[in-house]
Amino acid sequence: MNATVTAKKQWTKGFRFWSDREDLLGPLFLLPAVVYIIALVGIPFVIALAYSVTDVTVGNTSLDFVGLQNFQAILKTPQFKQGLGNSIMFTLVSQVIIIVLANILAIILSADFRGKWFARFLIMLPWATPITLGTIGWLWLLDSKFSPIDWVFRYLHLLGEPGALLGAQKNLFYLARLELARASIIMIYVWRMLPLAAVILMAGLTSIPQDLLDQADVDGASFWRTLFQIKLPLILPIMSIALLFSLIFTVGDMAVVYTLTRGGPVYYTQILPTWAFYKGIESGALAEGAATALFLFPVLLAVAILVLRFSRRTEVT
Amino acid sequence: MIRVSRLLKASLRYGAVILFCLFSASPFIWMLITMFKQDRDLYRSANNPFLFNEPPTLAHLDLLFKHTNFPIFLWNSVVVGVLVVLITLAISIPAAYSLARLVGRWGERAGIGIFLVYLVPPTLLFIPMSRVVVSLGLSNSIWSLVVVYPTFTIPFSTWLLMGFFKSIPRDLEEAARVDGYSRLASFVKVILPLSISGVVAVIAFTFTLTLHEFVYALAFITTSTQRTISVGVPTELVRGDVFYWQSLMAAAAIVAIPVGLVYNVFLDRLVAGFTMGAVKG
Repeated sequence: MNATVTAKKQWTKGFRFWSDREDLLGPLFLLPAVVYIIALVGIPFVIALAYSVTDVTVGNTSLDFVGLQNFQAILKTPQFKQGLGNSIMFTLVSQVIIIVLANILAIILSADFRGKWFARFLIMLPWATPITLGTIGWLWLLDSKFSPIDWVFRYLHLLGEPGALLGAQKNLFYLARLELARASIIMIYVWRMLPLAAVILMAGLTSIPQDLLDQADVDGASFWRTLFQIKLPLILPIMSIALLFSLIFTVGDMAVVYTLTRGGPVYYTQILPTWAFYKGIESGALAEGAATALFLFPVLLAVAILVLRFSRRTEVT
Repeated sequence: MIRVSRLLKASLRYGAVILFCLFSASPFIWMLITMFKQDRDLYRSANNPFLFNEPPTLAHLDLLFKHTNFPIFLWNSVVVGVLVVLITLAISIPAAYSLARLVGRWGERAGIGIFLVYLVPPTLLFIPMSRVVVSLGLSNSIWSLVVVYPTFTIPFSTWLLMGFFKSIPRDLEEAARVDGYSRLASFVKVILPLSISGVVAVIAFTFTLTLHEFVYALAFITTSTQRTISVGVPTELVRGDVFYWQSLMAAAAIVAIPVGLVYNVFLDRLVAGFTMGAVKG
C-alpha cells in the first residue's frame, strides 16, 4: 500500500521533472516527425539512388552495381530523349506564361471590387481541386468530335467551312495533333499553377507599405513607373518563391499528361515522370525507371537552392 | 474627362476579371452543364453545347452512384483522408511546437528543411516507395496510402502550424508557468486551445492534399475497389473507348466544387505558409 503511494508519487515527480525540461521536450516532440521522414522519404531516396546504379528489376531484386550504365542506356532511347525535351519545354514555357499572367492577375485582384470573393473562388478552383478531375474536364472540352471550343469556332465561321481561318475540317483534333497536344498540356499547367502563383504575388503586393505608394503618388509617378520601379522590385523575392513552387509542382507532375494524352500521339508528349512510370512500374524495370525519375533531380535541387538563397538575401537588404 | 477614364479603367478591370474567371472555371462550368444532359442532346455536334436542347436528366447521376464504383472510391478517399489527417496531427503538432518554441535558434532552419521535404515530388520516389509498400505487405490496399501520404502532409502541416504557434505571444506561456503549469501542461492546456483555428485549417489542407494525390495511388493500387477518387475516376470510369461523359463530369464536379469552397475559406492561411513568412501581414 505504502509502496504504491510512494511509487506513484515518484512517478508524478518524475513526470513533472521531464515535462518541465525544455532540452528534453524539444527533441522528444520532434522525434516522431524526423523518424517518419527519414524512414519514408530518406530511405526511399537512398533506395532510388541505389536502384539507378544497379541492374535491379521486379523479377530479379538482387542489387548488382553497374555504374552509370542505366543512364547511358536510357539516354539512347528515343522515348527518354523526347521525355526529357518535353519536360524541359513544357516547364519553361508554362513558367514564363504563368509569371506574366500571375503578375497581371495579382494586380487586378489586389484592388477592391464587387464580387471579388466569387471571382477569387472561381480563379482558385483549378488549384484547389484534384488535378486529375480538372484534367478530365479539359479532356472533354478538347474532345475530338464534340469539343464546345470547336463549336464556338464553327459558330463564328472560323472553322468547318471552305476558306475558314482555322481550316475546312469540322474539328481541330486538339489531342491528336502534335503541336496542339503539346500546347494543350502547357495550357493546363498554366491553368493549374496560375492561381497559386497569383495569390502568393498578391500577398507580396499587399505587404508593400502604403506610405511608399502614397509618396510615389505625391511625386507624380505614373502607374507604369510605380509598377516597374517600386512594386515589381519589392516583390521580386516573393516572385522567385512563387516561381519555385510552380516550377517544382510542374516538373513533378504526371497526372496531367497521364490523364490527357497518355504520352500520345505515339510518344510525342511523353514526359520524364510518365516515362519513368511506364518503365519502372508497368514494365518492372526498376533500375531504368529510377534513373529516369532521378534525372532532373540535380537541376531541381540547384534551382531550389539558388531561389532560396536569392529570396533570403534580398530580404535582408 | 476624369470620369470617362475612371469608367474605362473599371470596365477594363471587370473585363480582365471575367476573362480570367472564364479561363479558370471553364472546365467546371462545362462539367455542370454536361452532367445533366441527355445522350441525344450531348452527342449531336450541331446542337449548341451550352444549352439544354433536350430536358435535363438525373439519369447519369443515378448511373454513377448505383452502377459504378464511384461510391467506393469516395468512401476510400474519405477513409484515407481521415486516417492521414489523424496521423499528421499527432506527429506534426508536437513537431511544430518544438520547432517554434522549444529547440531554439536552429528551429527556423530545421523548419525550412522540413518544408523542403514537402517539395520532393512523388514522381521522384514512387519507384522505391512501391517496393517499400510491397515489403510492408500493403500493396493493392488503401493502407499503403495511409502509411505513405504522411510523408508529404507532415512536412506541410508542420510548416503551417509552426508559423501559427509563433504568432501566439510568449507571455501567455510564461503566465501559465507562473501559475504552476509545467512546460508540457502550458502547451496542452493554454497554447493548444488557442490554436484551434490553425489546426482546423491544417485539417482542411491535409485532407485536400490526400484527395489530390495521384502518383502513389496509381503506382501502389491496381484493384478497382481499393482505388481512391483521383485515380479511380480517370481510370475506371473510362472503359476502353467508351466514355460515360456525363457521369464522368458529375463525378468530377461532385468532388471538385466542395473542395474548392473549403479551400477558399482557408486560403489566407495557406498563402501565409507558402510565402514562408517572407511577407509579414
